[in-house]
Amino acid sequence: MVAAFAPRIRIQREDFDAGAEVARLSGGRTDIGAVVTFHGLCRDEAGTLSALELEHYPGMAEAEIGRIAAQAAARWPLDGLTIIHRYGLIPAGGNIVLVAAAASHRQAAFEAASFLMDFLKTRAPFWKREHLRDGTPGSWVEAAAADDAAEARWSAPGAPRG
Amino acid sequence: MRLKYFAWVRERIGTAEEEVAPPAEVVSVRDLLDWLKQRGDGYAEALRHPEAIRVAIDQEHVHHSEPIANAVEVALFPPMTGG
Repeated sequence: MVAAFAPRIRIQREDFDAGAEVARLSGGRTDIGAVVTFHGLCRDEAGTLSALELEHYPGMAEAEIGRIAAQAAARWPLDGLTIIHRYGLIPAGGNIVLVAAAASHRQAAFEAASFLMDFLKTRAPFWKREHLRDGTPGSWVEAAAADDAAEARWSAPGAPRG
Repeated sequence: MRLKYFAWVRERIGTAEEEVAPPAEVVSVRDLLDWLKQRGDGYAEALRHPEAIRVAIDQEHVHHSEPIANAVEVALFPPMTGG
């Protein structure tokens, strides 16, 4: 299946407006029946964390997310995709990532958004470092084995294929 | 070839990028990691567990068995934690 749309992919320092992005994705169209969004925020880890600093690999971040988006578009009948990932210093409560998948029916939109997030977590070249509330330097966030397992389930027999 | 380092790999090695010319016997990514480990304490510290290091050649993920012969840019980094 070749996607009939160009995914909107943005790697940016600036904040984004999730509502405006969804409106941009579906606005002026009458064929879309479902938009599923994942909106990732910086949590404060029970008040201990003041911010996350996100380092990225410029160039590869765009390229890798483009490859992941192409896989999703080939696997599910999607009508549009928006992926925004921020870098730089993001205060607790701030926006980190937005994935919005548009389709005629909800199943494809739900599954594609989940697939995209699982692959972004394990393959998009970003690294988080904690900044602690008490002013001490925080550590690099460690990758979670659960994230690898979440990615692997999409290649397991019987995984949703659209 | 140009090497790029990210996150704690960059911090331990002490630079974000550098040009290197490995000898001919350095054929694969795995060989490159072993060769780099000999270049100093920072490299040894960063690459102490080479199996944990993720590698991209010309901005695409590769396995450690991948040959580096045609690489222009090789990036070394920890497992990713975006999203």
